[in-house]
Amino acid sequence: MAQVTSIAEEQTSTPLSSSKSITLRISRYNPKHDDSSIFMEFTVPYQKWTTVLEAILDVKKHFDHSVAVRYSCRQATCGSCGMMINGKPRLACFTKISELNSNVITVEPMSNFPIIRDLAVKFERMFDSHHKIKPYLIRDDTELESDAKEFLQSPKEVEQYIQFANCIKCGLCNSACPTMATDSSFVGPQALAQAYRYVADSRDKGKDSRLKMIDEPHGIWRCHFAGSCSQVCPKGVDPAMGIQLLRGYLLGFRS
Amino acid sequence: MTKDEHKEGIGGMANPRRYGIERVAYLLMRLSGLGLLAYFVAHIYETSNILRGQVGWDELLEMTSTTEGHIILSIVIGMCVFHTVNGIRVMLGHGGVGVGKPARPDYPYEPASQNYRHKIGIYSAIVLAAFAMMYGLAVLFGE
Ligand code: SF4
Ligand code: FES
Repeated sequence: MAQVTSIAEEQTSTPLSSSKSITLRISRYNPKHDDSSIFMEFTVPYQKWTTVLEAILDVKKHFDHSVAVRYSCRQATCGSCGMMINGKPRLACFTKISELNSNVITVEPMSNFPIIRDLAVKFERMFDSHHKIKPYLIRDDTELESDAKEFLQSPKEVEQYIQFANCIKCGLCNSACPTMATDSSFVGPQALAQAYRYVADSRDKGKDSRLKMIDEPHGIWRCHFAGSCSQVCPKGVDPAMGIQLLRGYLLGFRS
Repeated sequence: MTKDEHKEGIGGMANPRRYGIERVAYLLMRLSGLGLLAYFVAHIYETSNILRGQVGWDELLEMTSTTEGHIILSIVIGMCVFHTVNGIRVMLGHGGVGVGKPARPDYPYEPASQNYRHKIGIYSAIVLAAFAMMYGLAVLFGE
């Protein structure tokens, strides 16, 4: 208890004198010894600019130090803080409490990802899928050799893939995807969008091998263009567009 | 929820409330697909009654002439129209038609693939299916 008091004296991101407050419901679950998750409720003060992540960190400081949450950059760049916020996958550092228009905010671990503890989930499957599509330029030569020239691209060529290079691997798209909800082997929108990112890059020569990789029963054909991935993406990647353009190559609409 | 993988499962897949009209269309597409498959199997089974001659055929027609039979046939008409119209939209989308062009994204990052053309396609499929159902009901009950 003494420790809690001393933590409360530290400076907080949100002044405790703030007149507005919300009830923050945090899902608590440790798969090692809990049978099911429970919700713990905290009353947290907030300002117009307070993010959900700041509110969770205030709970950790003032009420319960043991809440498990993953974060790093606090500016929608590292992709660590994805979680279900009022039922939808969002980045906690990029979601302001004021924009949720609710007095009760419920935070849960991202769906379709195994839980490590509380709000922290395992990313292994998504990273494996990402790795599988060979997320790097494939070609025989390299620009690293001393006499080689850099691979030039026109602005138009860059436009073809730059949007997809914005992906921060946060996993929100995989969490919103209806196929991911039922298919444990689906490669997922994150990896498929990245496959398009490299296929569309004029410097890359690995199109055929990538298309072969995703042209399988749990690959691209499991996408039914529900578009939820694009609706939750915090970086404007629009995985649904990338996937359909990618499928265009397999269907012969693009070359 | 599948515990280890924490997958949303069928409940999450079929929940149409979180991601706009596109997810409603996704659900209706699945339901109408399953419905039409069931109808197709039942239809083959029922029409095979013709092998029993005139009597069997008449019995079948009688069955479809009940109030329930008319309602089921109207629902089949609706499913058929929705599945066809939305199917064309989805097939075009799958080929990369009408999903927008890649471009440098700007905040607030409106996804180009979720554009008004596809939304119009979805609403058209729903409206046409409703009209076809109403027409079907009028014809069947007006007999
Ligand atoms: S595509 Fe968007 S939602 Fe998916 S992992 Fe990348 S940044 Fe996150
Ligand atoms: S903390 Fe880095 S994306 Fe939220």
